[in-house]
Amino acid sequence: MLTSMLPEFRVERNEDRCIQCRVCERQCSFDVYGYDADHDVMIHREENCVACQRCAVLCPTNALNIRINDYTYKPNANWTREHIQDLKKQAETGGVLLTGMGCDKPHKIYWDHILINASQVTNPSIDPLREPMELRTFLGRRPDHLEMKDGKLQTIEHPSVELSTPIMFGAMSYGAISYNSFASLAQAAYEYGTFFNTGEGGWPKELRKYGKATIVQCASGRFGIDLDYFNDASMVEIKIGQGAKPGIGGHLPGEKVSEHISQTRMIPEGSDAISPAPHHDIYSIEDLQMLIHALKEATDYRMPVSVKISAVHNAPAIASGMVRAGADVIVVDGLRGGTGAAPKILRDNVGIPIELALAAVDNRLRDEGIRNWASLVVSGGIRNSGDVFKAIALGADAVYIGTPALMALGCTVCQKCYTGNCAWGITTQNPYLTKRVNPEIGTRNLVNLLRAWSLEIKELLGCGGINSIESVRGNRLQLRGIGLEQWELDVLGIRGAGQ
Amino acid sequence: MKDLSKANNPYNDEKVISQCSIFGMMDTSGKLHSGERVITAIANMHERGNGLGGGFAIYGCYPDRADDYALQIMYHTRASRTETETYLKKFFDIRFAEEVPTFPMKAIRNPPDVYRYFVQPERVEIHEIITDDDLVARRVFKINSSIKDAYVFSSGKNMGVFKGVGFPEQIAEFFGLKDYYGYIWTAHGRFPTNTQGWWGGAHPFSLLDWTVVHNGEISSYGANRRFLEMYDYVCTMHTDTEVVAYAVDLLARKHGLPIETVMDIFSPPVWEQIDRMEPSRKEYFEALRRVYGPLLLNGPFAIIVAHHGEMVAHTDRIRLRPMVAGLSGDIVYTSSEESSIRLVSPELDRVWIPVGGHPVIARLKSVIGDEIVVGGKAIGGSKVLEVN
Repeated sequence: MLTSMLPEFRVERNEDRCIQCRVCERQCSFDVYGYDADHDVMIHREENCVACQRCAVLCPTNALNIRINDYTYKPNANWTREHIQDLKKQAETGGVLLTGMGCDKPHKIYWDHILINASQVTNPSIDPLREPMELRTFLGRRPDHLEMKDGKLQTIEHPSVELSTPIMFGAMSYGAISYNSFASLAQAAYEYGTFFNTGEGGWPKELRKYGKATIVQCASGRFGIDLDYFNDASMVEIKIGQGAKPGIGGHLPGEKVSEHISQTRMIPEGSDAISPAPHHDIYSIEDLQMLIHALKEATDYRMPVSVKISAVHNAPAIASGMVRAGADVIVVDGLRGGTGAAPKILRDNVGIPIELALAAVDNRLRDEGIRNWASLVVSGGIRNSGDVFKAIALGADAVYIGTPALMALGCTVCQKCYTGNCAWGITTQNPYLTKRVNPEIGTRNLVNLLRAWSLEIKELLGCGGINSIESVRGNRLQLRGIGLEQWELDVLGIRGAGQ
Repeated sequence: MKDLSKANNPYNDEKVISQCSIFGMMDTSGKLHSGERVITAIANMHERGNGLGGGFAIYGCYPDRADDYALQIMYHTRASRTETETYLKKFFDIRFAEEVPTFPMKAIRNPPDVYRYFVQPERVEIHEIITDDDLVARRVFKINSSIKDAYVFSSGKNMGVFKGVGFPEQIAEFFGLKDYYGYIWTAHGRFPTNTQGWWGGAHPFSLLDWTVVHNGEISSYGANRRFLEMYDYVCTMHTDTEVVAYAVDLLARKHGLPIETVMDIFSPPVWEQIDRMEPSRKEYFEALRRVYGPLLLNGPFAIIVAHHGEMVAHTDRIRLRPMVAGLSGDIVYTSSEESSIRLVSPELDRVWIPVGGHPVIARLKSVIGDEIVVGGKAIGGSKVLEVN
């Protein structure tokens, strides 16, 4: 088909280095490379390249350089290259543009406008290598006070889950990601004493042994759900929304529904797995309350029930309603939250940044005196341990990370998850590709990531003279804003730097 | 609503930081002691303060009116006194009122007028079930937060707080404290780093008969304060000591937790220690940390908390501020420095440095005021001394 698209990336091959080993050809799952045997040279179909860098990383002689194609239309501040290319794509196909991963637009990243405090003179900083530093975190409803009866403290009847570090792996379903990736997340969470979330694609029986580290999701498609699914886990999460695509459902194409996925999701092999936009039994807050309590009944009140929404304009009011409806944990997923597939127009334009949503939700729950009733977990756009620390200081109990976890497994954020061709073997069900993730190495890398971030959080605690993460939670005085308007400081509830 | 933070915190810092000397003395047999020893002891730690704040809490000082709430109120203007007294007349039955006697001296400049009122709360404009204590506390908040230039130093029964801007020995002289008698005395010399000093901002901080003197900086201030705000405490003064006082009030008075448990909340053992405890202790600490984790006091501090019948000295769990305890017969001393204890009581049965996060709790064993002691000699009633 004649296309008016220009290649987005350029493949530069250093012919002096290339030994025609054809690794690039075998590794590329987007059909960029070919081999011309007559001339003993590699050929390139650059229009297919997604810059996943798989070929460049695996090239034994470092002969490849994948870089942005520097073609240019006439410069135009309004009609950027992206707009022109998207428009032409739609003119040629007549379809909704799909994409993967979180919003890549330069909406203000508030983490980068927040700075952290440290101790000097009047209170000593603490060396985390010499003194205890505590990251242990509990999620679940807490009573407003404890009573002492006959010299004995009352026990807390509300169930909770315990995390060794306030970082969990966010919901990524088996189907959206490969089995090996899914298993790596499960095992790493288990080893490190934290949690992974199954997403909405069911939970393979072989991985039930990691139940102590598992949060199972109950989403609008209800895939793979039975009584054991809930009871083998430690927490149940009702998924209402996802930051990358608030207000819409999901669609796993039938070609990805292999035999094992079919068993796990409890749907026929090869059939499309469609999650409706809303839960068709939740059209209001009281419907949500019924589902929360149905799930609590089903699990005999042994585990917290969480509700996840995307960060939308009126998230604080919704969160308040959710807490009053019985949610033990509130999850808010921000504008930059990832996805396996979403309409680009939604991903880039719907929702609000998690930093603002988090501050607003925490404020509302505190103003109403119900912040104790639920834990607050945030996700969508967390990139490093500094972001985690800032999220907690703004009021979060813990965070979910998705994209960083996938990066630990190899992801380079080429945003082609929706194609099912992931060259790193993560968002694909093609057996030739999925074996590229080795669950042992994947687990090790994920555990390393958790460990590294946890150590860094301890350093941040220590420099502020604090030895327990609970003393940072909601401690917005540890933060200062820079380059922010007054309204932004007001929403975040922090002072400006120097104030 | 008046902005107390402006008075106490002229530079609008996020919190007022001060480093200090603290001293506490309790006769667990309930004998009343004149102020001489405590004044001598705190004066000995002169160098730990900078003259911008000193104060004392005395328990058992008003035995003749022991059943009335003693409101000690400072006024910077005559108008504020008129307004406050109009309020007091409406909401309290004033049994007795007088100006607190003072002895002007050069070092004390521009002092406020201090009055005391012995009162019972009147149940006017009340349409709910509420205890006298809660009623008094609410009205004290009201005066502090809405009447300009008036501030309530203390509001407990048979106790009083005397404080101001100056070195503690000067404040003692100004109020003539050597002639007051109490079975618990706590004292404070202050070294604020960022304020010019306001009489209301000196220690002890008090609500009802609870008092707190504090040396240190609470690094968890923001988290503590936001938690207390959920329970309707308005942290108007922006000092970290204020949050300690309110946290004690919430936990000990409103939630009815014993003082040991309150201290366990302020400085719980680290999780590694908790994990090794026997199941019931483990459950106890886990519950405390899950529910009251936001009231963990992080950062360097040493505090002496007192109310009738108990005096508690406590430090942060890694003991970043000094605290020494001494024991001489029925008298328990707690101090920033041992030298101050030795100065007033050279012979001690025991003197020790408490482990960080382990409170020293002195409890009354007998009735208050059977005997009065001046200068170590009895002029005029039990062993529940607990030392953890």
